[in-house]
Amino acid sequence: MIELDNKDALTAQLQDLATQILAVAKQRGATAAEVNIDKGTGLSTEVRMGAVEKLEYHRDQGAGITIYFGNRKGYSSCGDLSVQALTDAVDAACRIAKYTAEDEFNGLADASLMAKSWPDLDLYHPWDLNAETAIRRAQETEAIARESDARISNSDGSSVESYAGLSLYANSHGFSGAVHSTHHSASCVLVGQDGESMQRDYWYSVARAPSELESPAVIGQKAAERTVRRLNARTLSTCEVPVLFPATLARGLIGSLVSAVSGGSQYRKATFLPDSIGQKLFPDFVQLREDPFIPRALGSRGFDGEGVATQARDILVDGRLQGYFLSTYSAKKLGMVTTGNAGGNHNLILQSTGHSYEDLLQQLGTGLLLNELFGGGVNGMTGDYSRGAVGFWVENGVIQYPVEEITIAGNLKDMYHNIQAIGNDVDIRGNIRSGSILINRMTIAGSNS
Amino acid sequence: MKQAIDNAIDIFLTSSGLTHAHLDQVFSALLTRETTLADLYFQSSRYESWSLEEGIVKSGSFSIDRGVGVRSVCGEKTGFAYSGEISLAALLDSAKAARAISQAPVGTLPKGFQVRSTERPLYGTQDPLLSLSENEKIELLKQIDIHARAMSPYVKQVMANMVAVHETILIIDEQGRMTADIRPLVRTNVSVIVEREGQSESASAGGGGRFDLDFFVNNNRALHYAEEAVRKALINLDAKAAPAGSMTVVLGSGWPGVLLHEAIGHGLEGDFNRKGTSAFSGKIGQQVASKGITVVDDGSLELRRGSLTVDDEGTPTQCTTLIEDGMLVGYIQDRQNALLMGQKPTGNGRRQSYAHLPMPRMTNTYMRSGQYAPEEIIASVEKGVYAVNFSGGQVDITSGKFVFSTSEAYMIENGKVTYPIKNATLIGNGPDVLTRVSMVGNDMNLDDGVGVCGKDGQSVPVGVGQPTLRVDGLTVGGTAS
Repeated sequence: MIELDNKDALTAQLQDLATQILAVAKQRGATAAEVNIDKGTGLSTEVRMGAVEKLEYHRDQGAGITIYFGNRKGYSSCGDLSVQALTDAVDAACRIAKYTAEDEFNGLADASLMAKSWPDLDLYHPWDLNAETAIRRAQETEAIARESDARISNSDGSSVESYAGLSLYANSHGFSGAVHSTHHSASCVLVGQDGESMQRDYWYSVARAPSELESPAVIGQKAAERTVRRLNARTLSTCEVPVLFPATLARGLIGSLVSAVSGGSQYRKATFLPDSIGQKLFPDFVQLREDPFIPRALGSRGFDGEGVATQARDILVDGRLQGYFLSTYSAKKLGMVTTGNAGGNHNLILQSTGHSYEDLLQQLGTGLLLNELFGGGVNGMTGDYSRGAVGFWVENGVIQYPVEEITIAGNLKDMYHNIQAIGNDVDIRGNIRSGSILINRMTIAGSNS
Repeated sequence: MKQAIDNAIDIFLTSSGLTHAHLDQVFSALLTRETTLADLYFQSSRYESWSLEEGIVKSGSFSIDRGVGVRSVCGEKTGFAYSGEISLAALLDSAKAARAISQAPVGTLPKGFQVRSTERPLYGTQDPLLSLSENEKIELLKQIDIHARAMSPYVKQVMANMVAVHETILIIDEQGRMTADIRPLVRTNVSVIVEREGQSESASAGGGGRFDLDFFVNNNRALHYAEEAVRKALINLDAKAAPAGSMTVVLGSGWPGVLLHEAIGHGLEGDFNRKGTSAFSGKIGQQVASKGITVVDDGSLELRRGSLTVDDEGTPTQCTTLIEDGMLVGYIQDRQNALLMGQKPTGNGRRQSYAHLPMPRMTNTYMRSGQYAPEEIIASVEKGVYAVNFSGGQVDITSGKFVFSTSEAYMIENGKVTYPIKNATLIGNGPDVLTRVSMVGNDMNLDDGVGVCGKDGQSVPVGVGQPTLRVDGLTVGGTAS
């Protein structure tokens, strides 16, 4: 079983440790302090071509301490959770705070904003897994994949992983909150070959509860299908066509929006969407909601990284931006109030326009269906977007052949406005949940003349 | 190296009360008759960073970590466990967990433990965190800010940070060999945002290596990074849309060597080739580049960011030739993959930390100089792109397709550099891109020491370099027709 040993006793022990450390900070003259303590345990296995390749046991722990002397702050972290090591860390943070500048926006979140209670988000489901059962499951997945198509010539490994962790945050307002969570995953990476053409693709499943992982058969089949369909890819001539981002890639488009409207980018004006609250950034039919309270979801949290109560809220209503993603610091810089997003966004749900994946392919007509994007190529300052791509050429709604060695380019502002439809084929393997997104026009560059 | 080994034995073994008899106990729990290699990797690191924004040093961070990773390799199988605690009990626990990879009976113990003699160290053992006073570090960051803002009224934001790391490692392997290394690493980065008539652009510059922080003070290097960042950002304000399609690309010297890292380097790492999943698998002895092209991976350069006196398995680093006169001649190896492929380790077994497994990784990867003057190369191009700086890249090992994204590039028209173009991704095919190199410059240059390479979730510092190159036919991912 991959679980936290004596979970409740461990939690009490770490809470006690946090209290002691905050007391040391006070003794050293700190006007405020906050501490994070993490502890976790895990197992990961990987098999390749039927044989075990890796068996890894994880045992992680660490603490981070922020000390404030008025408006000055210092941070220190360490991997040793003994009182002595943590006391040394407090001293190191105090030393740092002696040299950092006064910044009137520094400090803990307001005491009135601390979460008082939060729902049980059902994030902790230990897996009754050991090395042997994990290996067997990984082997089964890989075997199904390799048997499913003669063109699967090689494997880059099938893995099964399980992790159980405890994350605790406490501050000198007296707030203390612990989150227990589990994270399980299974994946299969394959290599297919047909003549000279060799391609690699994969599928994975991730869940808080082991029962919600996709079965070895589903993972193996999908990995195999995805790999062979890429074989004998061609390149394209440079053109301007509609582009369909499948659900697996669509979340990246929303991720770029999150960074552009996060507090840090806004107060630094390091964004292509400055001062964008109330602005119409997307078509009328685009609705985006943040919901930190979905049971078992990957982005669920009752309080944020500063102890602030999280909230369910609208981010986009009829394509118009309703709010930024703010921590206390960035909120103060902007003259606003924190949105409970210290540490990032929680579950984001992009509402579908009701179209199925097949509808979207029909609507795409003739153009590019993406399968994978690679390289950086997203300029958060200007919104300029240019990335390497792999996908399929589609004519009249029907996939014709795989394509590679091409790039897609545009500007995110235009891409957002040019969204045509959002599928109901939602991918829930992340904290951004979106269906496939159809964009009506982007520039494709290829090496065909 | 005497100093490094004494120091390492003291902080990891003596101070934890670990004797050779204890190590015997750990190895007898770890080794089986199937074991082909095994090691204990002790690591202790100190890290400090300071960040400036809006003219003030707003934040600083200090961290300290130590622990030990225990590995047992039996052919293709690896068992691994680690602990943040260095004690006999923790080592025995980890050894038992790692040993579970094999059912075979107990193996042969090392015949005693002896210090492995290593080459001359490539960098000093001093702690770079102490090489400047806190006031000097903060003053330097403030000078960067003042200098950047003085360069242009369009500069709206300056962000600068300085990082120093001091690491001590001790490796004890299945043969009883004890190898130590003490590794300093520093880096300074400057990012600026410029705004002119409502239009904004950003750019960054920086450098570093395995030495003291006064490197940034000497010769005004940190101020030079500020100048570079502002210069690049201002150029981008005037940039026009990049072209789309296949064309001739001239790559500048130095950092554009990220091309070699992505297109060639990763594909030659031993693990991918042992598994047969690389587009370069089985291509040793074949022509993969134009005649005259030689590419090496060299971890033994003094003071470089990508250099190591010994790798994370205790193997001394070396200069490994990957491509010689256009022919593929060598792979990048760690111990496990070298053994399985019947080759020698090349000193490229690297890991992010004690909590990660080693893999074959690059060090400093670069192409040797050719015969052309850079001006001659640019003058030879009728219409194409001159790409001087990049923000990074990525490769699909199996298909061989790679990308890298420009951060400073220009159009070349009729042999002359005409106007700057917006950031664009370039895409090509690793196994044949070097066959399209038609001219190699005489200006080989290494990057300034900012490279980070990611593989399988692990990051390690690396270096790249190359002379100016003319590549006939790379796909440029712009938006202009």
